[in-house]
Amino acid sequence: MKKEFKVISQIIQNNKRVLDVGCGDGTLMEYLKINQKNDVRGLEPKKDLVQKCISRGLSVIEGDAEKELIQFPDKSFDYAVLSQTLQAFRYPENVLNQLLRIGKQTIVSIPNFGYWKIRLHLLFKGTMPITKNIPYDWYNTPNLHMCTIQDFVNFCNSKNIKIDKSMCLTNEKISEITSSNMNYKNIFSQLGVFLIK
Amino acid sequence: MNSDTKSIKKLIIKQPLELDCGKTIKDFSLAYETFGNLNKDKSNAILAFHALTGDQFVTNINPITKREGWWTFAVGAGKAIDTNKYFVICANVLGGCMGTFGPKEIDPETNKIFGTTFPVITIKDMVKAQKFLIDHLGIKKLLAVAGGSMGGMQVLQFVSLYPEMAYSAIPIACSASHSAQNIALNELGRQAIMADPNWKNKNSTPDKGLAVARMAAHITYLSKQGLQEKFGRKLQDKGSLKFSFDADFEIESYLRYQGSAFVDRFDANSYLYITRAMDYFDLEKQFDGNLSNAFKNTNSKFCVISFSSDWLYPTNENKEIVIALNACGANVGFVEINSDKGHDSFLLNVPEFLKTLSEFLNSTYDEINNEKRI
Repeated sequence: MKKEFKVISQIIQNNKRVLDVGCGDGTLMEYLKINQKNDVRGLEPKKDLVQKCISRGLSVIEGDAEKELIQFPDKSFDYAVLSQTLQAFRYPENVLNQLLRIGKQTIVSIPNFGYWKIRLHLLFKGTMPITKNIPYDWYNTPNLHMCTIQDFVNFCNSKNIKIDKSMCLTNEKISEITSSNMNYKNIFSQLGVFLIK
Repeated sequence: MNSDTKSIKKLIIKQPLELDCGKTIKDFSLAYETFGNLNKDKSNAILAFHALTGDQFVTNINPITKREGWWTFAVGAGKAIDTNKYFVICANVLGGCMGTFGPKEIDPETNKIFGTTFPVITIKDMVKAQKFLIDHLGIKKLLAVAGGSMGGMQVLQFVSLYPEMAYSAIPIACSASHSAQNIALNELGRQAIMADPNWKNKNSTPDKGLAVARMAAHITYLSKQGLQEKFGRKLQDKGSLKFSFDADFEIESYLRYQGSAFVDRFDANSYLYITRAMDYFDLEKQFDGNLSNAFKNTNSKFCVISFSSDWLYPTNENKEIVIALNACGANVGFVEINSDKGHDSFLLNVPEFLKTLSEFLNSTYDEINNEKRI
C-alpha cells in the first residue's frame, strides 16, 4: 500500500464509518475494513474498478462524485476521504462542500504543485511540469485545478473550513505541516494530506 | 399449453395467506425446484426469483418445456451461481402456470378453472408465499436473494418484509415502482390477449392474443442496437421482397416464432395476473412515499446491477434503489454493466455481469464463513 494511504489510515480511527470517494480498486477501503474494522463504502466512476471492488467484497457504487454525492445524508459518515482527485473535478469547491456535509470530518489529499521540482521544471524548461505524481501532458491531463499546499490552506482559511491536521509526504517520508514550516513544506512536499471539517 | 405438470415438486401451504386484495387463500400449492445441496448449517441457500415468464426450472433442461432453464448461463455447476457450492431454490410465483396456485387451476368451489375469477395477486403476495417454502426447508437466513426484472422486484420486497432473512440481496435490472411506460407496455399485452375471441371461450385458448403480447414484450427485452446488429433489414429465405404481408424480414419471422413458441408453455390468464402484479408494484408507496424506509431495518449487503442498453428498467430506475439504500446507510454496491443485449442481458451470456455476480457471492460467502470462525 502506498505511503499516502498509510497517512490516511492513521488519521482514521477504528470502527468508524468511512466513505472513500474515487476509491479506485479499493486498496485503501480493504485495508481499513480488515485492519481497522471500519465500515467502508466507496464511490468510483470507472466500471472496471467498481467491478474489482465488488469482487473484493467492497460495497462500491459506480458514479461520478460531482453528481452522486448529493444522495448521501448529512453527517452520514465519520470520515469522507478524497485521495488526489480534488484537482480533477470541474467544480472542486462544490465537491468539497458535499464532502464536508456528508462527513463529520473530511480527509483530502492533494498533489502539491508548489513542489520544487515542478517549480524548476516550469522555470527552466518552460514547459508544463511532468513528475511522478503528475505524469500527464498538458493536453491529456485530467487535472483541471492544480493547487499548492499553500493554496489549499488559504482556501480553507477563506471559507472558514477548520484544518484539524495537515501532513505532508516527501519521498515516502511523512511529516506534519505547521504554520512555522509552511513555506518550507510547500516547496519540499510532493503531497499534502488534510483533515478538515 | 402443456398441462403435464403432475411430476412437479410442490409444497402444499396449509396456513392461510391474506392477499393484498383482501381475500385469504389456504391449502394452496407452491411448485418449486432446488439445485445443489444444502450444507449442514444451512448457510449456503440462495433464493432465486423468476421474472414474468420464468418458472422454477432455473437451470438444466426444463422437464415440461424440454428447453434450457431461464438462468442456465448464471446457475449451474461451476457457473456464477455455482450449484457445487450453493443450494439454489426457486419457486413458481403465485398466479403462475407451472404448478403453483394460479388461474389455470380448478376452483374447488365451482369445479371449474379459475380464469379471471382468480384473485388479483401482488408481488408482496408472491414473496409471502415463498417465505413459507423457506420456512419449510428450515432455512433461517439465506445467503442471498437474487433475481432480475420482476425477480428483482421480489428481491426488494423480500428484504423489506423480512429484513433479517438474507445476508445479501441482488436486485438486477429492476425498479422499485413500475413506471408508466412499463404499465403501458403490460396493458398492451393484456389487451392483445383480451382482444382474442378465444379468450372468453372456455374450450379454447387465446393463442393469437398471447403470441402478440409476447411479440410486443419481446421487443422491449432487446435493445435497438442489438436488434439492428442481429437482424438489420435481412430478408427471410434470402429472397427479395414478396409484396405481401408474409414475414419478409428476418425480424418478423423471429418474433412470430417467439410468439408461437410462448403459447405452448404459458397460460394467457397467468400473463394477465402476473403483469398486473408488476404494475401494482410500488415499494415507495408501501412505505409512505419514502423508499428508504423499505430498507431501514435491513442489514443485508446489496449488489444492484443494471445494464447500459436496458430501456425497460433503465439504469436511472435501478439507481433510485441505490439512492434510497444510501439514504438509510445500507450496505450497497452498484454497477452498470455495458451490454448491447438490452433488458434480456441478465439472462444471457454477458461475461462482465456473470463475473460480478460470481465474485460478489463468493466474497459474501467467504465473509460469513470468516465471521463464523471468529
